[in-house]
Amino acid sequence: MVAQMIEGWNLVIGIEIHAQVNSKSKLFSSSPTDFGSKPNSQVSLIDAAMPGMLPVINKFCIEQAVKSGIGLNAKINKKSIFDRKNYFYQDLPQGYQISQYKDPIVGEGFVEIETENGQKKIGVERLHLEQDAGKSLHDQDPNFTFVDLNRSGIALMEIVSKPDMNSPEEAVEYVRKVRSILRYLGTCDGNMEQGSLRADVNVSVNKPGNELGTRCEIKNLNSFKFIHAAIVYEAKRQIKLIEQGESVNQETRLFNTQSGETRSMRSKEDAHDYRYFPDPDLLPLTLDDDWIKGLQDSIPELPDQIKERFINEYFLSSYDANIIVSDKATSEYFEDVVKNRNPKLVTTWVTGELFSILNKKNLIIEDSPITSKQLGELIDNIENGKISNRQAKEVLEEMCESGKGASEIIDEKGLSQISDENEIESLVDNVLNSNPENVKKYKNGKDKLFGFFVGEAMKLSKGKANPKIVNDLIKKKLSQ
Amino acid sequence: MRDSHTLKSLAVLLENKKISSKEVTSEYLKNIESGKELNCYNTISQEKALIDAEKSDERRKSQNLRSKYDGIPIGIKDLFCTKGVATTASSRILSNFIPNYESTVTQKCGEAGMISLGKLNCDEFAMGSTNKTSFFGSVKNPWKSLNSDNELVPGGSSGGSAAAVSGDLCVASLGTDTGGSIRQPASFTGTVGLKPSYGRVSRWGIVAFASSLDQAGPITKTVEDAAIFLDIISGHDEKDSTSSVNPKENYYENLNPDIKGMKIGIPKEFRSDKLPASTQKSWDECADLLKTNGAEILDISLPHTMSALPAYYIIAPAEASSNLARYDGVRYGLRVKGNDLIDMYEKTRSEGFGDEVKRRILIGTYVLSSGYYDAYYIKAQKIRSLIKSDYVEAFKKVDAILTPSTPSTAFEIANEPSDPVQNYLNDIFTVPVNLAGLPGISIPFANDENNLPIGLQLITNSFEEQKLLNVARNIEETISYSETPEKWWLK
Repeated sequence: MVAQMIEGWNLVIGIEIHAQVNSKSKLFSSSPTDFGSKPNSQVSLIDAAMPGMLPVINKFCIEQAVKSGIGLNAKINKKSIFDRKNYFYQDLPQGYQISQYKDPIVGEGFVEIETENGQKKIGVERLHLEQDAGKSLHDQDPNFTFVDLNRSGIALMEIVSKPDMNSPEEAVEYVRKVRSILRYLGTCDGNMEQGSLRADVNVSVNKPGNELGTRCEIKNLNSFKFIHAAIVYEAKRQIKLIEQGESVNQETRLFNTQSGETRSMRSKEDAHDYRYFPDPDLLPLTLDDDWIKGLQDSIPELPDQIKERFINEYFLSSYDANIIVSDKATSEYFEDVVKNRNPKLVTTWVTGELFSILNKKNLIIEDSPITSKQLGELIDNIENGKISNRQAKEVLEEMCESGKGASEIIDEKGLSQISDENEIESLVDNVLNSNPENVKKYKNGKDKLFGFFVGEAMKLSKGKANPKIVNDLIKKKLSQ
Repeated sequence: MRDSHTLKSLAVLLENKKISSKEVTSEYLKNIESGKELNCYNTISQEKALIDAEKSDERRKSQNLRSKYDGIPIGIKDLFCTKGVATTASSRILSNFIPNYESTVTQKCGEAGMISLGKLNCDEFAMGSTNKTSFFGSVKNPWKSLNSDNELVPGGSSGGSAAAVSGDLCVASLGTDTGGSIRQPASFTGTVGLKPSYGRVSRWGIVAFASSLDQAGPITKTVEDAAIFLDIISGHDEKDSTSSVNPKENYYENLNPDIKGMKIGIPKEFRSDKLPASTQKSWDECADLLKTNGAEILDISLPHTMSALPAYYIIAPAEASSNLARYDGVRYGLRVKGNDLIDMYEKTRSEGFGDEVKRRILIGTYVLSSGYYDAYYIKAQKIRSLIKSDYVEAFKKVDAILTPSTPSTAFEIANEPSDPVQNYLNDIFTVPVNLAGLPGISIPFANDENNLPIGLQLITNSFEEQKLLNVARNIEETISYSETPEKWWLK
């Protein structure tokens, strides 16, 4: 669809992801970082920029940033520098944001994404650490703006991609992938609704073969849906401008989530002169090799590696593996269930029935009403032939409702299949002996009666007889 | 003859119960009252000081002393945040600011049992070398020229701190030094001013001027007192990332005036035809004295000295322009109402800051602006590195460097040059030391023909405060400088 819309045009997309570091305290102070606390209840003297206050780096945040860098296959810079980005705003107490400008903690890296045309490498330019600002509340009073400094000083990682993406789908896949990696690492909770992860998207269009177009930056997108929609809108807008003989202005734009449009926030000419310079309150940050090595060794298995392992170990398709490993909790859940069970069956049940229940109930897998152990028990009942697939679906629904285990429900409802051949043979004999007329007709060529015998036998077993065994036995008996 | 107290002498009097903390504190509070004309104090903590003094006397009675110096009254530059006591940086913008926290340095003084008499006047945000930029008016130098009744500047920015020690309005005081703000006023008032190595004393809780240069230190009557006071205030502070983890020494206990075999450098770049003859004479005499006492005097070169001042006046304003951005009327301090946020900022900062502070914010903003950054800020940083390496080279050859502290003695308040650049030249001998992060001390050596104190500066390598104090003590012991100002304000 999108490809059609922009036929004859090339889309170039670069993304800056702002990911809140998963840390109990702020980047340069010991204040807590809990979301949703009472306004200004998590503010230290440093966060409020009282006179004479000095920042002290939170080592844990450094560790988290380096781990993230390793997860992004990136170069870890052994020396990095914190700079001041100077501008005035009511929710920026210091009058500057401490960030990293020329010498970020993490340099070039890459992530791999799945596209329609297979794997694609998206370059990462850098990852740097910076402070978040406070929050301005404009709707509390007719005459005043209120400021909540709870967020002031919280550590953010800014992850800057190279302009390597060429469709909104690739852009979304990239953000998904980075988010997934950070969540695997535990360095960012990735909660986009709470703003723990947001993206600024740079979009430009050009005719293939021509030089790059002028880019616009769309700020602060906090869902995959919005990222996609904003890029589509922005690309269309730029193409329309150019086709009308106008030019695209380099500017920062905001996405209206209601209307799905982007509008200009400020042009390049209005851009701040941030007067970056190294923060003299902080010494250059130096990391030693052993420490970095220690972190490298502590990195858990990441989605790409797990995917490869799932494909090799459980013979999953690349498609299924991708779905399962995109989320850490899902891959852990899957792996819990698949141990000593049929991988194909487990994959079907996890990505099929389980996902559909979670979707319906709008739950994440961590809050699944069916634990991995419970799902395993259900699958065991299918594998050993106790219940059919169809019955299993019913059982699963019942499990959700009642919270009871699969076997318990199967016993209660008397669902377990009869697979004992002797038992089924006596049923079949009973049916054939009670219908000598029909047996005769069948033997004389009325094949259609076969279904009648099966139906009668099933009815007799109250539906619990294993249909395959019933079929086999009837065929055998009638051919005698 | 010194009739006034020192930290050392008072400690003995207190120990021998010759005087109580309450008595001595009252005595100084009286001096402050009768010395109001000097305009040394922005805030006098009369009541609190007396209560604290009583508590100290009780501790002494119950033999529960915090230190030998428990109960000694001191003055604090109004740049150190003090819990419950106004901290203004001598600026209108902070004129209503009362911190609810205590700077590390003043905390340490309190932990040693010292009594704060109040907050001392200084140049606004420590920007100045005459104390005339204070929102609360000029401090007057306790000294007057022989042939004139005109009032003199005490130097700056720690002018109140220096004048108060010189005029016996406290026993010793705390100052801060970014480009000479302890040593220059010490030189102008016949007191001892010590700027420690960058990182030796915590900056936490001190209103910042230029973070990479600021350093707190004592102004005292003697070198011994400087050692005592440095013992109290120095040391690593985990709240200040730039504070050094180098272990501190027992400066007073280890004070050793023996300088035999030491090499003292005289940098040729500090020589100037414009230097007053009396200052040159003192400098030469001091070198001779050190030689007589067993040191070897060497001519050395610090080739980039003349670039120090221009580099300083780029780096310091650049940092200041950013450090002072927090005074925006939003959270504390002065707020002048405006039509919108920008209007409020503009009005608050226009009315809140004085001319010199505005000038430096403008300079600093300019040199950090895109397009000018490389030409100014980066170049100044390169010069700073060159100056540092000048000193690294020099200290391969010598133990200490001897220079004048200032290019002149104290001048008349009315005669302050109107050209700010002329004023900036006051710091020409002290600024390189800050740029290089070294310790420096100004000690009074003699009085000039107008009976005004001449200060000489000693410089040593980083964290060699002990050596610095030892050489200074050697000079002090030899010359026994004992001039005191005539207390004209009492008449």
